[in-house]
Amino acid sequence: MLKTISKIAVCGALALGTVVSAANAADNYKLGLVTFLSGGAAGPFGVPAKNGADMIIDAINAGTLPAPYNKVGMNGVKIDPVYVDEAGGATKQVSEYRNLVERQGVNAVVGYISSGDCLAVPGVAEEMKKVTVLFDCGTPRVFEEADYKYVFRTASTTTMDSVAAVRYISEKVKGLKSVSGINQNYSFGQDSWNDFSKSLEQLNAGVTVSTTQFPKIYAGQYGAEVSALMVNPSEVIHSSFWGGDMEAFLLQGSARGLFDDQQVLLTCGETALYKFTDNFPEGTIVGGRGPNGIFAPKSDFNDWFQKEFKARFGTEPTYPVYHMVQAILGLKLATEKAAAAEGEIPTDEAVASAFEYLEYDTPAGKVVMANGNGHQAIQEMVFGQVSKVDGELVMKEVVRYPASCVNPPNGVKAEDWIASGFEGAVCN
Amino acid sequence: MNLALAVLVDGVVYSSWLFLIAAGLTLIYGVMKILNMAHGSFYAIGAYSGASLIGVYFAGGNPPWASYLLLIGVAMVAGLIVGLLIERGFLRFMYGRDEVVMILVTYGILLILEDTIKLLWGVDPYFAYQPYTLLGRTKISSLSFANYDFMLIAVTAVVAFILWWSLNRTKAGKILQSVIHDREIAGALGVNVTKIFTITFVIGAFLGAFAGAMTAPGISVVPGIGIEVIILAFAVVVIGGLGSVGGAFVGALIVGLSRALSVHLYPDGELFVIYGVMGLVLAFRPQGLFAIASARKI
Repeated sequence: MLKTISKIAVCGALALGTVVSAANAADNYKLGLVTFLSGGAAGPFGVPAKNGADMIIDAINAGTLPAPYNKVGMNGVKIDPVYVDEAGGATKQVSEYRNLVERQGVNAVVGYISSGDCLAVPGVAEEMKKVTVLFDCGTPRVFEEADYKYVFRTASTTTMDSVAAVRYISEKVKGLKSVSGINQNYSFGQDSWNDFSKSLEQLNAGVTVSTTQFPKIYAGQYGAEVSALMVNPSEVIHSSFWGGDMEAFLLQGSARGLFDDQQVLLTCGETALYKFTDNFPEGTIVGGRGPNGIFAPKSDFNDWFQKEFKARFGTEPTYPVYHMVQAILGLKLATEKAAAAEGEIPTDEAVASAFEYLEYDTPAGKVVMANGNGHQAIQEMVFGQVSKVDGELVMKEVVRYPASCVNPPNGVKAEDWIASGFEGAVCN
Repeated sequence: MNLALAVLVDGVVYSSWLFLIAAGLTLIYGVMKILNMAHGSFYAIGAYSGASLIGVYFAGGNPPWASYLLLIGVAMVAGLIVGLLIERGFLRFMYGRDEVVMILVTYGILLILEDTIKLLWGVDPYFAYQPYTLLGRTKISSLSFANYDFMLIAVTAVVAFILWWSLNRTKAGKILQSVIHDREIAGALGVNVTKIFTITFVIGAFLGAFAGAMTAPGISVVPGIGIEVIILAFAVVVIGGLGSVGGAFVGALIVGLSRALSVHLYPDGELFVIYGVMGLVLAFRPQGLFAIASARKI
């Protein structure tokens, strides 16, 4: 009798568990979101990206986005975001990822700004068979060194920034004879300079490098570097600095007149355009890691997006916001494409298959998952120069480069593509 | 010519900045034998307080030249409040513990203060660039230097002199030195060691906050700046000898000039050179350049 009661109890509990589990799956879609919420990268990247996620998830859950995003939530199931701070390094992020999947039971993960994290997490994502969208990191190595089934990146790599930067200065800087570089001494800074200098060799072989500086990340004091750039002058100073480092460099360089005779090119400059407007030297060449923010193409979607973001957060959306939003929109489209019926959350395998080679419209224009066998996005790239008219910020000399002009073809490593002289690039 | 000039000026400017940060750290260690990990947070609090008040000050259309006095005032208030809170609220309950325990305690305080800073100021950058650009620049040979940086050298010289004079030429300084030499004997002779500890800690906190406030105009004040500088400050005081203000001065000069030389001649070694110099000094003088090796009490 006791055994029978126990069996009934166990069966009942299992049945109840199944029902509850199914109900949970149908009630909400748990989305893990990993971004810097503390540390030096939180201000320029992490928190704006979180704000972008909050805004777009609210709009998705309310069903107020235009088609094809007008279905409420993920295929009719409301999104419940679970945020994780990206600070702490790659080892911590691997543990956090496991927690998200195993303890929190998220349906997918969108995250990662640091290239180190983007190289560490995909291996675990594959092991756990969980759809994971890298939203902002730039290292081209993610899909060059391995093939992944469940991992996607919906923003372009830094190769695009560097190649477009070289094309831009070759076209726009008259009498270009030499360049200098000041980049942070870690993978992003070194990769950026490497791609830039190698692209320069291909496109403009006569141009020499005056000096190359690699100060420590978050150094903050650039007196000696500014002097080195003055002692070895060039027409253009290339920098992939971001956040506080970029702002400190601009402040210290401007105060000493560094930019009076040398034009500075900031591949990540767009993130500081609005908070630091007064301190951008006239003619600073600025990029935004894609057609984002001030460089976003005109569309009703982008008009709504910029207006809504400014109304809610009191500032214009910068590129990390765009990157976050296009990651969530891509995941939503892939999920809905994979689902057989309304209200169903498809399997990770089905979502991953639907995500491959996806093409979709975002506030930053078209995102095409063309590289990395359909897992890596390419976009157009834009550069322009900062100018102020009556104290208002405007961009002049804006040039747009098609995605096929500044990204390697599918299956070709960035380094090899640059060394080949950009074989297969289509720029018109 | 340009290269030598650049190395000299850049090296001395950087050394001045390093000494301002390291002075408070080494003073606290010398008197209290506490290797204060939270010193970086004092720097950050000074920088945030300075940057936010300078922003309000200039927005109000106030006379620009008085902004320099505001930076000093901000540092004094911030140092007094934070120094008193930490010494009276935490450290006085821990006196007499092992130095390693005190490192852990101050590390805990550092983490608390880092979160408090985030809570108060958020993660957005703060700028106080007006005092930095107000003084203009000076052209020497073909190089231009910000006059604010020259002012920083002068301010550091004044701080170093005041510290030296206070420690060596005043009664209070002599009392302080007696505590540095042997706190138990000093206490037995009637010195109020607890009061000396409180005053020293507040002065150290002020120096940390002052370094932050003076640095704020030339940088973007962002989360984490305190943690970045504490590592450099440790390198400086270790080279000079823990607890020696004169040692910190020389240590800052060595680090500043070595770094400037590396940036100009071998940029790739910039990161290595500071710690390379530190390793070299410690290999020959493990107690640092100016610390006197002493027998351990049992």
